[in-house]
Amino acid sequence: MLTKRVIPCIDVDLDEDGNPAVYTGVNFEDLEYTGDPVEMARAYNEAGADEFVFLDITASAEGRETMLDTVSAVADEVFIPLTVGGGIRTEADIKETLRAGADKVSINTAALERPELVEEGAKAFGSQCIVISVDARRRYDEQGEHYEQVDGESCWFECTVKGGREGTGRDVVEWAGEAADRGAGELFVNSIDADGTKDGYDIPLTRAVCDNVSTPVIASSGCGGPEDMYEVFTEADADAALAASIFHFDEYSIGECKEFLAEHDVPVRL
Amino acid sequence: MSTSAPRPTDETLAEVVVVDYGLGNLRSATRGLERAGAAVTVTDDPAALDDATGVVLPGVGAFGDGMENAGPFRDRLVAAAEDGVPVFGICLGMQMLLTSSEEADHAGQGEVRGLDLVPGRNVRFRGGQKVPHMGWNELSVERDHPLVEGVDGEYAYFVHSYYAEPEDEAAVLATTDYGVDFPSVVANDAGNVMGTQFHPEKSGETGLRILRNFVEYCAER
Repeated sequence: MLTKRVIPCIDVDLDEDGNPAVYTGVNFEDLEYTGDPVEMARAYNEAGADEFVFLDITASAEGRETMLDTVSAVADEVFIPLTVGGGIRTEADIKETLRAGADKVSINTAALERPELVEEGAKAFGSQCIVISVDARRRYDEQGEHYEQVDGESCWFECTVKGGREGTGRDVVEWAGEAADRGAGELFVNSIDADGTKDGYDIPLTRAVCDNVSTPVIASSGCGGPEDMYEVFTEADADAALAASIFHFDEYSIGECKEFLAEHDVPVRL
Repeated sequence: MSTSAPRPTDETLAEVVVVDYGLGNLRSATRGLERAGAAVTVTDDPAALDDATGVVLPGVGAFGDGMENAGPFRDRLVAAAEDGVPVFGICLGMQMLLTSSEEADHAGQGEVRGLDLVPGRNVRFRGGQKVPHMGWNELSVERDHPLVEGVDGEYAYFVHSYYAEPEDEAAVLATTDYGVDFPSVVANDAGNVMGTQFHPEKSGETGLRILRNFVEYCAER
């Protein structure tokens, strides 16, 4: 039986000396130095991670060069699927990221701006390596296309850019369907509302995408522990659950999460 | 994850040629084979197959495109296989070992001929499962073969929408349950042509075990 996946994610920036380093958000604002990306990848691989997500948050040309070297170093160490996101805007960016050793690339803003990029990437490299990432935000007005009932209120989910600071007017569910039709192989669903709360994944959001799009869905944002993973797997039918700080700050290990899931009859790779 | 890690080794067990026909990330397959004790040559030159002691045919993407891109390698791949050289297809590379694929029909490419080293056809999941089948799933070993030694009940990483249906049931070395029990590891009669639908280079210690099994098979041949 296909198992549900547990995926640690690292945000990588350059430190003061220009070396790649993992930073993790604490209390929504501050970024705390968390470790060396290659060391962390190795540790999570040994801990039973099903995949590994690496987000480049440098957003600079020099940063990008260093990041690709780091992706290669991770790929040489870790024999599990590696998804790389951040700053991927063109087919050439996709190609160089895959050549560096990524198995999949995660694309967000660039695909919203130019949806043809999804087709180009899927045609050139295969759908399996094109992951479309969305940063969703709840909106309680009449502008959306797909509505869910949340705590007695009707809301829709808007695609945002710039870390949730700017709306785009695009409905997440509708965009996810379009991205899948254009050849996205997987959807990476982040929630601006849930991000950093540790109150659990945005279940209505994740369920809306899972129910309406047949492409595998990685749920992200809000994980505070194994119970939240259980909820997103059983109530929203997500295919994978992503978490960062609970692993980075040793609140829970990947093994503890998977054991909890297995005890509650969620199929996982132990 | 109960398989033990392949032992680190400096000794070269076999020289393996990885066919580079222009698709995908070959880095992980190469590193995995090296870790398994192979000296790896990645090549886009079909002539490099002539004195190979083992050949790996990787692949991602669509069947029709894969066959077209691998076209220059066809004759030498078939010759190597008939000579008894171990040939290992991974994912699309495995599907290319078969005779044909529904995928080419679905893509409007008509009948695209595979390598026909393992007679059979690749078909699409049709039970209403989420497609692609993406993620970790379990291997049930059906038949003894050096490639699948030690991996029964272990998990491997899959990404695919089509799967192999060999004509001969004896060609199925392992199956995996995704709504249907589909062949996840296949081999020809002679046993020297083999393939996995999953990605051993992405399947953690289980995958490294399979790569090591292959490299050892090459070495013992």
